[in-house]
Amino acid sequence: MAVPVAAVPSSGAESDRQSFKPDLERIEIELLLEGIFRHYGFDFRSYAYASIRRRLWKRIDEEGLSSVSALQERVLHEPEMMEKLLLDLSINVTSMFRDPGFYQTFREHVVPLLRTYPFIRIWHAGCSTGEEVYSMAILLREEGLYDRARIYATDINEVVLHRAKAGIFPLERMQEYTDNYMRAGGKKSFSEYYTAKYGGALFDQSLTKNVVFSQHNLVTDRSFSEFNAILCRNVLIYFDKTLQSKVHSLFYDSLAMFGVLVLGSKETLRFMAHEDCYQQIAPPEKVFRKVR
Amino acid sequence: MPYSVVGIGTSWGGLAAMSKLLGELPADFSLPVVVVQHRNKDSDRLLTELLQDATDLKVCEVEDKEPLMPGTVHIAPANYHVLIDAGYLSLTLEEPVRFSRPSIDVMFSSAADTYGSGAIGVVLTGANEDGARGLSHIVKRGGRALVQDPRTAEIPIMPDAALKAVPSAEVLTLEALGPRLIELSRERAKVGARAAV
Repeated sequence: MAVPVAAVPSSGAESDRQSFKPDLERIEIELLLEGIFRHYGFDFRSYAYASIRRRLWKRIDEEGLSSVSALQERVLHEPEMMEKLLLDLSINVTSMFRDPGFYQTFREHVVPLLRTYPFIRIWHAGCSTGEEVYSMAILLREEGLYDRARIYATDINEVVLHRAKAGIFPLERMQEYTDNYMRAGGKKSFSEYYTAKYGGALFDQSLTKNVVFSQHNLVTDRSFSEFNAILCRNVLIYFDKTLQSKVHSLFYDSLAMFGVLVLGSKETLRFMAHEDCYQQIAPPEKVFRKVR
Repeated sequence: MPYSVVGIGTSWGGLAAMSKLLGELPADFSLPVVVVQHRNKDSDRLLTELLQDATDLKVCEVEDKEPLMPGTVHIAPANYHVLIDAGYLSLTLEEPVRFSRPSIDVMFSSAADTYGSGAIGVVLTGANEDGARGLSHIVKRGGRALVQDPRTAEIPIMPDAALKAVPSAEVLTLEALGPRLIELSRERAKVGARAAV
């Protein structure tokens, strides 16, 4: 049986180049994140370490500093530096009908389940600028389910929520999105859903008739309803395993029995306590049904 | 010097080169191997399957927070960066680095920052300069750099750039890389045995 590799490098101390101390750097990073939390209230303490470290160092290098401690001095004393760092630390990558295979699976395997309910509640957690919310709204409309559905689209970041509500996306991405839409099993011409306006593609505002956009913090806020489906794709990858597990408890508690949880295509429940509570529908897509 | 992880970066010609290299490693190879191979962002599991046919190691495409396992080849999925953390792997969708996602530089740098002198970076054939900066970071952190001899590479641009950034890297033919990695993995075992006495 193979065993996982040791978590920390054993200190051979044989190399004369061993001035680098990963443990000390971890202390510095933890102190900085604790300071940011206590002074500004932003809680990055349970974010995935290697990713946080990389983004902190990008800022350190850009400012011409030489250590995490030096960045701490600046961040704690200069709110403008905190603003910059906040931008570095927030990742809002998304696109319409991202991973078309997932939408195919959703049409084939989840829509029939949803049809059995008189009213459908869907939570899109970490919706960012909303591209995937509009995608889901289009899918539900084409399947004749939109009028009895309500989508709760949440994100921690108010700025991206405003953009999501506006529903204006870059025109130059429409070719890519059209392609995704067709591969996702789209039933119409994608261009029927938007008009070129305000220098972008303005999406049909009736698509958001049953969408509630609202701020929600997965780290600190609680459940706010019971859902038939929860979508949270490529959000939890930025959290460490402890926080991931906490959020999975929140999702589990917020899902109706036989409700469906959707994760990003490279995310898994394998290392989570709730793994046994779900059945994966149509692997390899990450669509899980709550069964206990 | 004890080693904890091997990172391999390649692009053009990488499948053939990795098949050869990984084919030399025995199933009980004691280190985890993390591979970044540039490829189309929509590409599927074919790469994993083809490599599995070529090696006795277990080959799998990385899922977020997957534990690093000895004797396992962890392949970066298309369109995600892979980061080496302490004992496991994380995925991120941060912006492409010099047009690449996954980026070899990002993977190498995370190996260096997490494992310091315990990281080994290997640069194989490729048509761009990704990997050079990351390899240099590995060496700066006390780790070890191996580069495929550019004269034996299908496309020498990537190994040439790596050697320019890290002139002290060991240059080896494709045939010699596998046996060298086995040697280095045993060096780690020797150190461990001595420490146990």
